[in-house]
Amino acid sequence: MGWSNCQRFTGAVAVITGAASGIGLATARRLADEGAQVVVADIDDQAGIAVAEQVSGTYVRTDVTNPEDVEAMYRTTVQKHGRVDVAFHNAGISPPEDDSILDTDMAAWQRVQEVNLTSVYLCCKTVLPIMISQGSGCIINTASFVASIGSATSQISYTASKGGVLAMTRELGVQFARQGIRVNALSPGPVATPLLMELFASDPERRERRMVHIPMGRFAEATEIAAAVAFLASDDASFITASNFLVDGGITGAYLTPIS
Amino acid sequence: MTGAANCRRLVGRVAVITGATGGIGHATAIRLAGEGATVVVSGRDATRGSAIASEIGGHFIAAEATSIEDTQRLFRETHERFGSIDICFNNAGISPPEDDSILITEMDAWQVVQDVNLTAVYLACREVLPYMLAQKRGSIINNASFVSVMGAAISQISYTASKAGVVAMSRELGVQFARQGIRVNAVSPGPIITPMLTELYARDPERAKDRLVHIPLGRFGAAEEIASAVAFLASDDSSFITASNFLVDGGITGAYVTPA
Repeated sequence: MGWSNCQRFTGAVAVITGAASGIGLATARRLADEGAQVVVADIDDQAGIAVAEQVSGTYVRTDVTNPEDVEAMYRTTVQKHGRVDVAFHNAGISPPEDDSILDTDMAAWQRVQEVNLTSVYLCCKTVLPIMISQGSGCIINTASFVASIGSATSQISYTASKGGVLAMTRELGVQFARQGIRVNALSPGPVATPLLMELFASDPERRERRMVHIPMGRFAEATEIAAAVAFLASDDASFITASNFLVDGGITGAYLTPIS
Repeated sequence: MTGAANCRRLVGRVAVITGATGGIGHATAIRLAGEGATVVVSGRDATRGSAIASEIGGHFIAAEATSIEDTQRLFRETHERFGSIDICFNNAGISPPEDDSILITEMDAWQVVQDVNLTAVYLACREVLPYMLAQKRGSIINNASFVSVMGAAISQISYTASKAGVVAMSRELGVQFARQGIRVNAVSPGPIITPMLTELYARDPERAKDRLVHIPLGRFGAAEEIASAVAFLASDDSSFITASNFLVDGGITGAYVTPA
């Protein structure tokens, strides 16, 4: 059973940050498949241009921590496509320097805060006036399941930044609810990225330490996160705002998991 | 953005809906059938149930949700006739006026609400799970409520306790069966506008105002907005979502001060 038969975004314009890889890429494909015109924003020109070509969209090079870049991203979108219906603020990082609080220095902390949280503030601040003037729009900010539960394999700035995204999103969702704008946080569980799979293949113990906490007994595919974004971004979710939309394989609901 | 009636994610799937003669059940029957599912409409009201079944090209089976024999027959007949049970939306529920403040709610009023809203869901899950385990596939959606996570000063004490029971039970079943291809989620609607409530609020606008001040979106939900969430949870688009409390609440649970 496929999903490509939904056509919920015909005539809609979607901006996706961090669209050149992973969840952003899968979502660009999914929304384009459902009829959206997609603006692919990233800092990786080569991959970004390729993705834009693939989804018949527009590539805009954007460093989401740079206010001028974010301005230009939305200005270009409006100039080229006339409007912004969906803003998926998905760009984020999780560098190895961000680790236990005991080992993470200020520079590493600050870098993650800028890319994961400050950029989302910037993107929302810039797109909201456009959506308010349209009287409609949907913002989805990528948080994480670690915004809701703690992990002993800590990346302290990442976790704090995603908690910040969650709280900010909830507040914006409430504040703009009567102006036709929905704002939701997407909180994925662990996703099977190529990098992660490689890491776990070479270190099965590391994989098992996580798997015992995931009821479904596997990591998510990026396409499964994209399907959730498509739901949230569509009118199917017209009564959902200010939510913490968990796509986590049951992790946040689990104590003992099944023996497989 | 267009409506969602163009999604066809449930072609070849068999869905059972209890309480399908009520607002949310009816809207969900229409939506799931629209997505291609074979829908078994279940309820007590044979006239209305048969009418809905013929409206959507489905099949009506009269059943009392609290009856063990009826519940067993519902799933047995469905399986005999259609060969599988892929989706089970346990939606039947009541909220009678005798269920009120804890100070004035009698034991029999308490008990009847527990029987219909919680015990019947336990029964339905117990009876449908063996079919889904044999198939190694299935999605169970149990109808709960936003009052499972928030308190209301206009209390219906047994209703509230029963719905929180549904959430906890769904979470546990979601975790327990996660590695056997079965997903179990609770859907928690915010206040939904029914014909009866529309009438009530037209006569008594203050009563509506008391509630709307707590709803960021500034309106009640529509049954179709719950149906679209159920369709998502029933489909493979939510393949990494289980054991969740899926809130469709207009932002209520995320809000402190709402927009003026």
